[in-house]
Amino acid sequence: MDIFFQQVLNGLVLGSVYALVALGYTMVYGILQLINFAHGEVLMVGAMTAVTVVNLLQKSAPGIPGPILLIIGIGCAIPVCIALSLVIERVAYRPLRNAPRLAPLITAIGASIVIQTLAMMIWKPNPIVFPDLLSTEPIELGGALLAPKQALILVVSAVMMGGLLLLVYRTRLGRAMRATAENPRIAALMGVDANRVIALTFAIGAALAAVAGVLVAMNYNIAQFAMGFMPGLKAFTAAVLGGIGNLAGAVVGGLLLGIIESLGAGYIGDLTGGFLGSHYQDIFAFVVLIAVLLLRPSGILGERVADRA
Amino acid sequence: MPEGATPGHWRRALGIGLIAIALVALPFVAGLAGNSWVRILDFALLYIMLALGLNIVVGYAGLLDLGYIAFYAVGAYLYALLSSPHLIEQFEWIAQVLPNGMHAGIWLILPLGAGLAAAFGILLGAPTLKLRGDYLAIVTLGFGEIIRIFLNNLNAPANLTNGPQGISNIDSVSLFGLNLGKKIVLGSPETGSLEVSSVTMYYFLFLALTLLLLVVSVRLQDSRIGRAWVAIREDEIAARAMGINTRNVKLLAFALGASFGGISGALFAAFQGFVSPESFTLNESIVIVAMVVLGGMGHIPGVILGAVLLYAIPETLRHVARPIQESLFGAELIPAEALRMLLFGLSMMLIMLVRPAGLWPAPQRQAT
Repeated sequence: MDIFFQQVLNGLVLGSVYALVALGYTMVYGILQLINFAHGEVLMVGAMTAVTVVNLLQKSAPGIPGPILLIIGIGCAIPVCIALSLVIERVAYRPLRNAPRLAPLITAIGASIVIQTLAMMIWKPNPIVFPDLLSTEPIELGGALLAPKQALILVVSAVMMGGLLLLVYRTRLGRAMRATAENPRIAALMGVDANRVIALTFAIGAALAAVAGVLVAMNYNIAQFAMGFMPGLKAFTAAVLGGIGNLAGAVVGGLLLGIIESLGAGYIGDLTGGFLGSHYQDIFAFVVLIAVLLLRPSGILGERVADRA
Repeated sequence: MPEGATPGHWRRALGIGLIAIALVALPFVAGLAGNSWVRILDFALLYIMLALGLNIVVGYAGLLDLGYIAFYAVGAYLYALLSSPHLIEQFEWIAQVLPNGMHAGIWLILPLGAGLAAAFGILLGAPTLKLRGDYLAIVTLGFGEIIRIFLNNLNAPANLTNGPQGISNIDSVSLFGLNLGKKIVLGSPETGSLEVSSVTMYYFLFLALTLLLLVVSVRLQDSRIGRAWVAIREDEIAARAMGINTRNVKLLAFALGASFGGISGALFAAFQGFVSPESFTLNESIVIVAMVVLGGMGHIPGVILGAVLLYAIPETLRHVARPIQESLFGAELIPAEALRMLLFGLSMMLIMLVRPAGLWPAPQRQAT
């Protein structure tokens, strides 16, 4: 039972990162009906920026305490990611807003390849170590162990998600976003500047992805140019699972996917008599994705249908 | 075109004849510069086959498939398993059944590979029938990754794929008693002889199969099924209203496209003599999608152009990028592989922005 609880806890940690990234997908999808394929790369750039800054500061000023370094790292990652995301939106998506659906998807893949290759050239292909900035003494929680960094992931994600919900449902900008998602033309008639709202949506998504990227790098103590792909794909799955276009759905989907993965990886060996092992962890996301699209394409909380050509 | 025996006919025949002569002479000319250039030609043909297959799914039927390389992998691993000592070394009972070793010939594996890949195509197609556009893209991407993860991990508990190390010692193709893995010498030393290298023989095998797949592609395009695919691509609901069984027709697109992939995969395994999961990454899938999309979706000459350009340019870069950079800047600033990916990414973006229908689009697509 303790193992079970531990796996659920690990799953929640994993899932809250997915949720952060999934929010970025789902916000953009809600407004533009477009999968921002390059979102995973934004996460990667966030992590790489933070790891560079943290390593530089640690070398030049060894006295700075870990948590402050972490905050500086996140603080540097966010603007870089926002700028990158705005450039992607401007170059790859905006000119194609009225083109056939395949076109922006292909430019997005192209952008993603370019960003990844540039990152590989800037930071070299080898993984960079992300130092331990927090204490490594685990916290005991009802029989399960939680590393401080994992606890931090849970807290930071919860705060960010809460902040986003407030922003979307309680502010003027949020209302403009919801209006644009509902009907861009009518929203424009009501005086909403659609281009500004879309750019801001990308910026907010990028900020969330930047934080998620730093958290991922911190959690695994490593950052690499290819690290954005898997979290990006899984977060997309999470967004679909929860119902794409739906903010609460992205959170639910992210957490659920994290738990499914963690439990799946923990128990798949026992379930299949040792035939499949925990290195199949990455498969669960895809299986979940296919199952959701088959059984309930609108997702858990969503109303949209998958058949949007 | 009711022309009769007009000059147009002759010109056409002459054109085809010239192309045929050029295609036959090509490997020998390239061979003068070294066998590595013939190898590049061989791979270009493999990519043309893959692009033709994906063109059925993406170009004709309009279903974006980002996991196409999985079918290539299926064909390659089928050939690898059935023509290498791997299975016999791993499983006692197979060794007892086949005392002479595992040497299934190309005649058996090509149809088998095409069939198996088609079965996988249906397996992928069936659950995704209702999806369109970007959802389909992500699911197919996931499918491709699942296949790769399995290839990577199916070395335990039973060693089926040998995991990341891959399978080596794969037989080369043997046709009518002629082993394509070894060079042959035509004529005798006194009268002057012609040496035909292994890569050149593979070139002709690949060329023959490419032409076969090309004919199949053209015939499909002009057939009732081809028209049904285009109808689905343009408007699925209208197509259904016209009495097209969209489910079966879409599954057929997946299956046929996949079978092309299976065939080229088997050839790849035979040619390389070695397969490993590393050859079947998402990047490869994207490269093939790029060939089809950038060349001109649904337009066979465009797709071939796309495959040749996207394969040949990076491959030439690999040979010349380093010397050029070294002479210009004194050092290799951008590694060739990075340059290749940069070019892919940038050209995908640029062409979509500037020429969304591709470099050489089908005429009727221009009109819309």
